[in-house]
Amino acid sequence: MKIGVCIKQVPDPEARLSVSADGRWIDEEEMAFGINEGDEYAVEEALAIAEQAGGEVVAVSLGPERAREALRKALAVGAGRAVHLADDAFQGGDCWATARALAEVARRESFDLILTGSQSADAGFGSTGTLLAALLGWPHAWLVVGLEVEEGGGSARVTREMEAGKNELLRVKLPAVIEVQAGINKPRYASLKGIMQAKRKELAELTPADLGLDPARVGAAGARLEILSVSVPKKGEGAQIFEGDAQTAARQLVEKLRTEARVL
Amino acid sequence: MAGKIWILLQQRGGELHPMSKEAIAAGTRLADLVGGEAEALLLCAEPGSAAEEAAGYGVSAVRIVRSAKLADYTPGAFAGAVAAAASAAAPGWIVLPHSYQSVDYMARLAHLVDAALVPEVVGFRRDGDDVVWTRPVFTGKLQSEVRVRGDGPVVLSVQAGAFAAESGERSAPIDELEVDDAGIEPDREVLGVEEVAGEHVDLTQAPIIVAVGRGIGGAENMGEAEALARALGAEIGASRPVIDSGWLPRDRQIGSSGQTVAPKLYIAAGISGAIQHLVGMKGSRCIVAINKDASAPIFAVAQYGIVGDLHEVLPALTEAAQEAKA
Repeated sequence: MKIGVCIKQVPDPEARLSVSADGRWIDEEEMAFGINEGDEYAVEEALAIAEQAGGEVVAVSLGPERAREALRKALAVGAGRAVHLADDAFQGGDCWATARALAEVARRESFDLILTGSQSADAGFGSTGTLLAALLGWPHAWLVVGLEVEEGGGSARVTREMEAGKNELLRVKLPAVIEVQAGINKPRYASLKGIMQAKRKELAELTPADLGLDPARVGAAGARLEILSVSVPKKGEGAQIFEGDAQTAARQLVEKLRTEARVL
Repeated sequence: MAGKIWILLQQRGGELHPMSKEAIAAGTRLADLVGGEAEALLLCAEPGSAAEEAAGYGVSAVRIVRSAKLADYTPGAFAGAVAAAASAAAPGWIVLPHSYQSVDYMARLAHLVDAALVPEVVGFRRDGDDVVWTRPVFTGKLQSEVRVRGDGPVVLSVQAGAFAAESGERSAPIDELEVDDAGIEPDREVLGVEEVAGEHVDLTQAPIIVAVGRGIGGAENMGEAEALARALGAEIGASRPVIDSGWLPRDRQIGSSGQTVAPKLYIAAGISGAIQHLVGMKGSRCIVAINKDASAPIFAVAQYGIVGDLHEVLPALTEAAQEAKA
């Protein structure tokens, strides 16, 4: 079974964000980046399936040069090789532009299954994987919390999260795009040996021309959405904040909860 | 830029899913903004009470798209049915609730009708001939304004809580929209629905909840929150990352995929306030936020806040609560 796993490199969840000088994205200077949380679970899921059913895991990422680090990490935990869409022409796209590029990689690789996270922690479209499936003419499932490839590899049993503490049980024909939800498994850590081996694994950088894609159909040029601005959301009246050392602030808060809010 | 606006309703157990009302509110506001007509579409095998319910919320019509292939939700059948109906009616905007079901198929729909896709809309305004959409980025820490390039149709989803549902003065007509369902196929087999195992702690009845987020740092620090919960007579809850990391069991999860709570006091400790968490607790009577990041979105819904290190604030708060009781 040949499994593609699409990963995105995003700012560390704990990073403090500030708007860039042009007002259209964030200032990436000195920012810590990592693999998008959902995609980390997708990598683990891909590795586990390949270990059980046999086969190869290929990590794919669309992102600037820095995204190489995310691919190296996927290789270090066990992916066999990696494909990086690093070319400037690929960058700045929306889910349409990104899905078009990923679909071309998938066609050339003839994956039997594609795994990815359900949503990125930056643009957060939550739709790129589904659009990728639509472009390939494959079924998909979003918010997947359980996955089991069935005997013969022609289908998978999928548990999909619904609202209000319920799950939906599905059978999906393969090839398919499965968008996993955080928490579906326990992602492994890279061993020192894995990190050393990753340095010798193939990491191919592809351009739009390599994929037979018109540069005008990918990245910012191929996007249907244009970002006009990024800003800190306006807040309502906001919270009354207690200042000072922890003890003072805690005492003031408890006092307010008793006398003003009357909830204690 | 006048045109037709379709709002795709979602049912739950034959009734209108609450987020559908918010999608209607967004769709009718959009209709006012662009000078169009807002119609609600109900995809179903049997309409139940949802069509009549939706008719009272200010749309100009409710159209029922009926097919046996829509009995179970599948993205292929739902997106296929809307696309088949859209080929004749050519709506300019298709509005969905940003729910677990609707988001699952909206990209497939955008593909079929060759539309731009704007997920998780929280606001919009008109700028000349364009509509400018506001949507969260970076898990709600920031928001972006986006514009659609070109003239094609737009598929958008509406975030929970962004548009208040308003019932209209009169009830809209309900009719059936004939759609040829020959080409519509479910693209996956629905085997059943299960309750998530282990949901036995009922947080909905707790008068006070101390909820922890990623900021707690690890299972080894959970004692700090538990001590505060004991001092207050509170239950412990958590945001999703805490559960996913295995620091607390899943039955403690609060948010869109966990429990929805509205206690008299909700203390959010180390929770940044992603929308998926907020929808599960924003109805609380009094919300307290404790976070080291003063710009965390949780402070926007909180009544009181302390900006600081949890590992100092939680023990201090426990002590203050014990003193107050004594």
